[in-house]
Amino acid sequence: MADTGLQVGIIVGYMLVALAIGVVAYRLTDRTAEDYYLASRTLGTVVLLFTTFATLLSAFTFFAGPNISYGAGPEWILVMGLMDGVIFGILWYVLGYKQWLVGKANGYLTLGEMLGDRFGSIRLRLLVAGVSIFWLFPYVMLQQQGAGTAIEALTSGAVPYWAGAGGITLFMIGYVALSGMRGVAWTDTLQGAFMLVMVWAAFVWVAGAVGGVGTATATLGDVDGNFLALGGGTYTPEYVLSTAISIAFGVTMFPQVNQRFFVAESKAVIKRTLPLWPVLVVLLFVPAFMMGAWARGLGIQAGASENVLPLLLAEYTPAWFAALVIAGAMAAMMSSSDSMLLSGSSYFTRDIYRPLVEEATEEREAFLGRVGVAVFATLSFVASLFQPATLLEIGDTAFGGFAQLALPVAVALYWTNTTRSGMYVGIGGSQAFYLLSVFTEVVPGSFFGGWSSSVVGMVLGLVLTISVSLVTSHALGEDASVYATGAD
Amino acid sequence: MNERTRLVGWAAIAVALAALSVPWFLWGADGVVAGLPVWVWYHVGWLCLVAVVFWVFTKRAWGLGVEGVSRDG
Repeated sequence: MADTGLQVGIIVGYMLVALAIGVVAYRLTDRTAEDYYLASRTLGTVVLLFTTFATLLSAFTFFAGPNISYGAGPEWILVMGLMDGVIFGILWYVLGYKQWLVGKANGYLTLGEMLGDRFGSIRLRLLVAGVSIFWLFPYVMLQQQGAGTAIEALTSGAVPYWAGAGGITLFMIGYVALSGMRGVAWTDTLQGAFMLVMVWAAFVWVAGAVGGVGTATATLGDVDGNFLALGGGTYTPEYVLSTAISIAFGVTMFPQVNQRFFVAESKAVIKRTLPLWPVLVVLLFVPAFMMGAWARGLGIQAGASENVLPLLLAEYTPAWFAALVIAGAMAAMMSSSDSMLLSGSSYFTRDIYRPLVEEATEEREAFLGRVGVAVFATLSFVASLFQPATLLEIGDTAFGGFAQLALPVAVALYWTNTTRSGMYVGIGGSQAFYLLSVFTEVVPGSFFGGWSSSVVGMVLGLVLTISVSLVTSHALGEDASVYATGAD
Repeated sequence: MNERTRLVGWAAIAVALAALSVPWFLWGADGVVAGLPVWVWYHVGWLCLVAVVFWVFTKRAWGLGVEGVSRDG
């Protein structure tokens, strides 16, 4: 019971720190939409690096990643390394730097806005925002569900699911509404650094408790299917590549990550960030996922819905330390969700509400953005109470859904002959293909001996965008010159 | 070197960095070195190399293919 009190104490402590940071950020905030959503494009290297990282990977690093290593083997290190350390790094330049230049030159705050302006089409803007929110909403719901479940388990049911998830939701509404991008990014930085330290401390602690890193790893050889051998089981070359490619591209179109492409203070910040990516990836993933695999070798029993890392820590580290890591993981969940809420709200207010309902002033829009956060969070909380199967499935396949957007967007950014019709067909076609593969038997889930439908859909989107653009001409109102980025 | 050659060269490097992040030639290998599977060490080393190449790129070729892209391509 003492460690329950400690865990709750740490979570509350984290919330208070976040809130304090939010208040400071709020005092520095101009009352404009650009400042609220993008901190006026002023993030420096460390903050940009950690906020992107924490937003993207924190909860995943603590929970899902080790679970996969536990179930299938430590090859997950390679999948995530390729995905986030290499492919995402390259896309950070190819898509991210380009978006940064274009966004700065034209004042774009969202992906939909950037595309809508280039193709002179409010409908395209609505399509992109709609597709994004469609995939984002269930994903946020999953985070709330995770938080609620974790708090219920933590307090042995004393705090019921609805109260835990509801409390976290209320806190996030208040905090995100207050602080905007600046506060969210600062909290992420703190949380990301904390996470890095905790993962290494846990790694060293567990290794020490079982007699060294070598002893822990040696146990993997006895696992069914030999976890020491590269490949085997789930891990086929097709699986490794499909997963890494699909998720890396998907990540770039996740609203909370895509919006971070716009926020760097300067070109120098983006340049400094790039080489740090692979280093951070290795530092975080190797210990985290090795621990997941060790848990299997050491005979930790985890049920299908249980997270293995807390179980491993409970076995080999003192209660207070395990509590600290669990609390860190909760914080991680919150730091992912708050960014999603902020981006979801900006897509909603800027790309859907404003073009359709009212043309708002900057101040009014910043206000609407805050209302949007509250609406978005409340709706996803309500959805998390019922947990409809369809929404759960959408959330689980969200990365693939976002991946379908990436190649049409890349084509639009670089190829001036891209037409509005090409974008409609490329985005619409690949989304339809992917949705059919997720929800029906019409389109199979895997092709050519193990390539996922997500990767096949990406190629389809690319082919459709280019071929339709070739046979159609620019529509009235298109302006390819807005993406021209002259050398400076 | 002209712009196009450099672009193709760096693109090839990018593809190679990604393609060799997974040691395909060690498929099935189960050796352990200094407490970790040998292919984990390969991956750690490779990502360090990736970081160095990224750094060189920011010094030598930043902007290639992205800046100076105008209507004419």
